[in-house]
Amino acid sequence: MELISQHVKGIMEECKLRARDHGLKFDDETLEYIVTNRDMIELSPKVMIPTLYDYWVHDVRVLSGKGMYEAYPSNPYETVINTRPAISFYNDNNPDWLNVMIFYHVLGHIDFFQNNLFYQNTWDIDLTGQALSDKRLIAQLRSEKGRWVDYAIEFARGIDNLVGYQNKLNHTIMKTSHRKLSKTDFYFDIFLQKIKKVSLNEYLKEITRFNSLYNGGEDFFEQVTAGYPEFEELYKKETAIKIKPDLDVVEYILQHSSFLKEDENNWIKSVIQIVKNTSLYFQPQIRTKIMNEGWASYWHEYLFMRDDRICGHESDFAKVNAGVTSMPKVGLNPYALGMRLFDHIKEMEDKGCYCFDYMFLKDEIEKKNYNQSKNSGNEFIINVRENFNDFTFINTFVDQEFVARHNLFVAGKRFNNSRMSLEYYIKSKKAQDYKEMIIDTLYHPPEMFIDKAGNKDGILYLNHKFENKPLKTDFIENTMMGIEYLWGGPVHLETSEPEASGQSATNYANFWDPASPVADKKEPAPVNWKRIVYAMENRKLSKKEV
Amino acid sequence: MITLDELLERDRRREEDGFKRKIRIGRIVKPGSGGKDKIIIVPTTVEEKFVHDEINLDQDPGEGEPTGGTGEGEEGDIIGEQPVRPEEGEEGEEGEGAGEGPGEGQGGEHELESNAYELGKVLSQDFALPNLQDKGKKRTLARYVYDLTDKNRGVGQILDKKATLKKIVETNITLGNIPDIANIDTTKFIISPQDMIYRILSREKDFESQALIFFLRDYSGSMGGKVTQTVVSQHVMLYSWLLYQYEKQVETRFILHDTEAKEVSDFFKYYSYKVAGGTKVFTAFKMVNDIVERENLAKDYNIYVFHGTDGDDWDKDGKQTLAEIQKMLGYVSRIGISIVEHTYVGSKQTEVEKYLKSSGILNKHSSLIKLDVLGENADDSRIIQGIKRLIS
Repeated sequence: MELISQHVKGIMEECKLRARDHGLKFDDETLEYIVTNRDMIELSPKVMIPTLYDYWVHDVRVLSGKGMYEAYPSNPYETVINTRPAISFYNDNNPDWLNVMIFYHVLGHIDFFQNNLFYQNTWDIDLTGQALSDKRLIAQLRSEKGRWVDYAIEFARGIDNLVGYQNKLNHTIMKTSHRKLSKTDFYFDIFLQKIKKVSLNEYLKEITRFNSLYNGGEDFFEQVTAGYPEFEELYKKETAIKIKPDLDVVEYILQHSSFLKEDENNWIKSVIQIVKNTSLYFQPQIRTKIMNEGWASYWHEYLFMRDDRICGHESDFAKVNAGVTSMPKVGLNPYALGMRLFDHIKEMEDKGCYCFDYMFLKDEIEKKNYNQSKNSGNEFIINVRENFNDFTFINTFVDQEFVARHNLFVAGKRFNNSRMSLEYYIKSKKAQDYKEMIIDTLYHPPEMFIDKAGNKDGILYLNHKFENKPLKTDFIENTMMGIEYLWGGPVHLETSEPEASGQSATNYANFWDPASPVADKKEPAPVNWKRIVYAMENRKLSKKEV
Repeated sequence: MITLDELLERDRRREEDGFKRKIRIGRIVKPGSGGKDKIIIVPTTVEEKFVHDEINLDQDPGEGEPTGGTGEGEEGDIIGEQPVRPEEGEEGEEGEGAGEGPGEGQGGEHELESNAYELGKVLSQDFALPNLQDKGKKRTLARYVYDLTDKNRGVGQILDKKATLKKIVETNITLGNIPDIANIDTTKFIISPQDMIYRILSREKDFESQALIFFLRDYSGSMGGKVTQTVVSQHVMLYSWLLYQYEKQVETRFILHDTEAKEVSDFFKYYSYKVAGGTKVFTAFKMVNDIVERENLAKDYNIYVFHGTDGDDWDKDGKQTLAEIQKMLGYVSRIGISIVEHTYVGSKQTEVEKYLKSSGILNKHSSLIKLDVLGENADDSRIIQGIKRLIS
């Protein structure tokens, strides 16, 4: 691993100037390293952080990555990590023109990391430095505690997707935004509805009164305090309350585990803390994959096409760019999808389509010809990259216009009995279906709550909020065994499972067997869900219905 | 960097500490030209967490997960199809592939062997699999065959066109007949008789295999998912272990069956072909009997037959299957049948298990035929235990 040459660094600095001219914002300092493909294989299990702590699962991944590379060599162009300064890794063998394009792509990523609000909690951390000190701590613990450090890491990683990312982000935003609860909000949202529980009629009357006085200059609250003398006092009390977020599973265990409270187990807390912080750090990245890749691809194309250094390499660029950003006939490519969506949003906004007038248009031709020449698209997408994540991005902006423009569809796959083949077919061309299909692929860990009512006799009671999907049953046992270890007592998990599990598999088997009663013509019965409690005690798993 | 041995050592200690083992032996199979696949053995592991299961219970049986797509067409249009049974055409490639020159192809195969050999060593030593008993058939390990391998300039049996052409180009470069590489004028070439390269017959040492293994796998519709993974895992380990035991002198044949059996040319196809139709187990056994008879193999080899299935059979009382097995018992060293049960089977016996047990064949020929019944969620240590049972 070495820094790029001065010549190449010069190219990068030039790219920065031009990117800034078009509205991208990022720190002055960046670090660029040349790495070999094999270095990349060794870095990728460590989420590209060279200083991340050592752990045997990383080694397993490196060994299998090497095997994979032997069978299917690949040649990644770049990888960027969200650090201060931002670090990026490159292959040695790129010509200058390609470096220009790659640098624009990288700058797109850096701009995204440093401006998207979902990353807010990562902005003040020097990750490589922190990781290094964590790595040293773990190495030291390992010399004292041996393989038990690895068990602690394993069990902590077993729950590292339950780290309360949204809670923490919410906390930061509430703290920094200084938005105090206004008297009006308190009166209408809390006081009338929750404290006084007034009738709807009375509530509407108050709103009418508020509206009529709005421009009159008369004080609305005069009459309120006359009617409710306690109002002022209650309002003061409400604003003084600091919202305390519910503890997530990891934090709860850290604070309340009897096992971790014992002196000789205190070190495990540090291990959990390290695993937790690392996981928190990468949460925004998993939740903005489509946007982040789309944003970088959008800008590398936009900026490089306007750069004189493309001269003589137009067709080379077209080839490389198509390889990265073309839409597959069947399948998903986050680079391509995100880039096209940003493009689409910009065009829609340039024409002023995000307004009621446009939405109410029924005529396709009028819609097509609609143009207010707002030309505010560039500003608009810069705003989008700041305030959205993959879910809100897809959910807000994938519309029928977008789906139609790029001929997108939901592709289904089904078995054709007479031809003995798997058929791919166009299942739907509706924007709503396409949107749902994409959203279904997004990262979404199960929501788990600590159920305080169930927490008796030293039991940790986890309640899984059911969202129409069961948990993967194979993983429950080992995960709960890990939690039991960290908790130091029995662990219960309440979740939902389909009534007759394995039913669909039986159907499938019968489908093939003409000797058994005809099952394939039958409509599949709607699934009945039931609540189940798994109990883990002394490393034995049992389950019963609630 | 940690080695595979150290990882396995660490995994063994997990059991002592009261936790389950976590390392599995994974395989990456890369199809090579002319059936010379490359198998790369790698360790794999899964980090368990609470995650949502991807299964979709509302959809019709036989319908897969939807994904995205782009292109022209209306809703309901079929945009492509993929046959589930291997296409007949693929087998034809072999003829061409075999002529590609021995150098390249054998290199590929050697790579597979050396990797699998290593795995066999690990299995024998680390997992304490027993060593094979000597069957008492001591045989010479080498014989001689004549093959068109050596090359000769000027005279010979067969003209090697590629080598000859190279030689001609070489000569003409030396003569200065090729001034511009981009624009070669072949009419100006001068061809010397010494440029003609021929292949000639020569005596080659050919090592004989002592063991011939037939791998039989059910790939019917019911075999989807983990069942197939488990069967293939077990067969890879068996293959590796036998390779080690027989010092690489092992030959393998691969047979897949649903309602009919078909032989495939290499491990990659054996391993990767997806589910097809219904299940008739006897067809696979019959095919082995036919091959052995037709090629007169029983005289020269220790023959092993391993069969992996989920225990489903349309032939419910197994009449045909038992007849074929009976015939097979006359020449084999061992038949090993693994039944990998779906979880939904529960405590019931599968058809294959039922008829094997009720026929009494397992007790009557207990030294020749073994049965192992395991669940689809079996981990590596259970699979290896199964191997011990099959070869004990």
